[in-house]
Amino acid sequence: MSRANAPSLAERARNIRRHALRMGEVQGQGYIAQALGIADVLAVAWFHALRHRPEDPEWEGRDRFLLSIGHYAIAFYAGLIEAGVIPESEIETYGTDDSRLPMSGMAAYTPGMEMSGGSLGLGLGIAVGRCLGLKRKGSDSIVLNLMSDGELDEGPTWEAAMSAGHYQLNNLICLVDVNRMQADGVSTGVLNFEPLADKWAAFGWHVQRVDGNDIPALVAAFDAARNTPEPKPRVIICDTKMAKGVPFLETREKSHFLRVEAHEWALALAALDAGERA
Amino acid sequence: MSRKKQMAAADPNRPRLTTSAMIASLAGEDQRTSPAPFGRALVELGRTRPEILGLTADLAKYTDLHIFAQAYPDRFYQMGMAEQLLMLAAAGLAHEGFVPFVTTYAAFASRRTFDFISQGIAEEGLPVKICCALPGLTTGYGPSHQATEDLAIFRGMPDLVIVDPCDALDIEQAVPQIAAHDGPVYMRLLRGNVPMVLDEYDYRFELGRAKLLRDGADVLLISSGFMTMRALETAKLLAADQVDVAVLHCPTIKPLDTATLLHEVGRKPRLTVVAENHSVIGGLGEAVAALLLNEGTIPPRFRQIALPDAFLDAGALPTLHERYGISAEAMAGRIKGWLG
Repeated sequence: MSRANAPSLAERARNIRRHALRMGEVQGQGYIAQALGIADVLAVAWFHALRHRPEDPEWEGRDRFLLSIGHYAIAFYAGLIEAGVIPESEIETYGTDDSRLPMSGMAAYTPGMEMSGGSLGLGLGIAVGRCLGLKRKGSDSIVLNLMSDGELDEGPTWEAAMSAGHYQLNNLICLVDVNRMQADGVSTGVLNFEPLADKWAAFGWHVQRVDGNDIPALVAAFDAARNTPEPKPRVIICDTKMAKGVPFLETREKSHFLRVEAHEWALALAALDAGERA
Repeated sequence: MSRKKQMAAADPNRPRLTTSAMIASLAGEDQRTSPAPFGRALVELGRTRPEILGLTADLAKYTDLHIFAQAYPDRFYQMGMAEQLLMLAAAGLAHEGFVPFVTTYAAFASRRTFDFISQGIAEEGLPVKICCALPGLTTGYGPSHQATEDLAIFRGMPDLVIVDPCDALDIEQAVPQIAAHDGPVYMRLLRGNVPMVLDEYDYRFELGRAKLLRDGADVLLISSGFMTMRALETAKLLAADQVDVAVLHCPTIKPLDTATLLHEVGRKPRLTVVAENHSVIGGLGEAVAALLLNEGTIPPRFRQIALPDAFLDAGALPTLHERYGISAEAMAGRIKGWLG
């Protein structure tokens, strides 16, 4: 695929943030801060790292992108819209009756959605099965599982981590979005998961930890994860900033589920554009 | 309140059964058996269906899956003692086009992995076949291993087919049919040397169908699982007392064969008894009762033979079956009492 005239990854990330904000405006609230925070990761995943065909989301040769965190659906939809899987005109249906874009991500509703992930901690285990299945089929497709730091609390995450190491699943890349915020407060205060890199390494994984809002660093991390010859599953721990790109939301205290005043959506879009020009 | 058990007064007339009887097979001493019918049926199926896989959570040898693992070592996945992962990995393999048969004990599958089956498998309509040993009261190991509420738990899950086979023949015939079903299935498994009784009847397993094994004018016994074996014995015992018992075997718990159930109950006024290896709450008995009430096909009398709503005792299996009223002798006695 030629990328010569394609938008830059930074432009892709900004567009993903714009789509997410516009969907947020439909409902007036939502997991906006996570969407803004993960946009750079999604941009690099879809427009640099993953093999996919927007016109054929179930193409057998695609890389599988599992959204373990169903809560991040708004971010994922924004990515699917930017990737051309879902038309931009569906933004206005977000979270409304009979929409293909429900508040929580579900496979049966949305093209390009590989799993239903509202119950947390399911993604990595499903990824293990899909990796085993792809190897059985002789496929060189990879599985990318996007999970959150909150899902580190869930026991099955670690059952799956141990199994992926045991089976040396070198076709698995797990992204952990460390935004440090979950429903009841700061993640490490809810349940301390550090030292995180050591934990994954101890389970037999190839580990990288990067600034999840640094696009060149993410590109390098994805490349290293794809190309390392180590017979290990790969994890990229992405430290991200909640509400990244919209300064007045970045500092908002209750960021896990943002309520944004009606007049603030235009301000947020303007702040995003201003940041881009700065 | 302390739940510590008091030492029971020793009955000098009763031999004390030891640990081996806790884990004994269901087969009576003189009963014909067939070894590992599940494992053998799966091996047979695997010959023509390369997409059939086997997964277990450290219980291959105890669910008869080891026979499949020996026959097709590259199609077997040991997932470790991690039942949540077991279900999720099966979901992932099913997403990639395979038909995974997963095994563990019924207590662990039902209590521990409900959400993982519900959200990972059933909500996606994936063809994962969950085949679980030690259903109901088939071990004397105590409540940790006695899955006396597995049907109550699983009946609430949409789109999950539930099968409770009676014997080796039932299991052998059920395996290819549940594999052919395009969706998730939970099957209760009898393992090891499994009794063979249904070959004496004009019977074939059909997914979703109940079958009348013998007719009778006085009592209609509706049963599933190994309780059908007990129902047939009960019918023989009661025949000696001139009580004529019909036995309707209902191996598919969900979806129920409502047409056959309504037909048999409505055909003649009889005492209707549902006998099941499950808690009195939420199993076949309540399912049939709700069906009959909703349809207005009410028998003159309706009774349940089931396990009590309690955490059951540890002990030898024959002792416990007698204690909780699911031996043939106990069943015959209760039915005679109900007939008056």
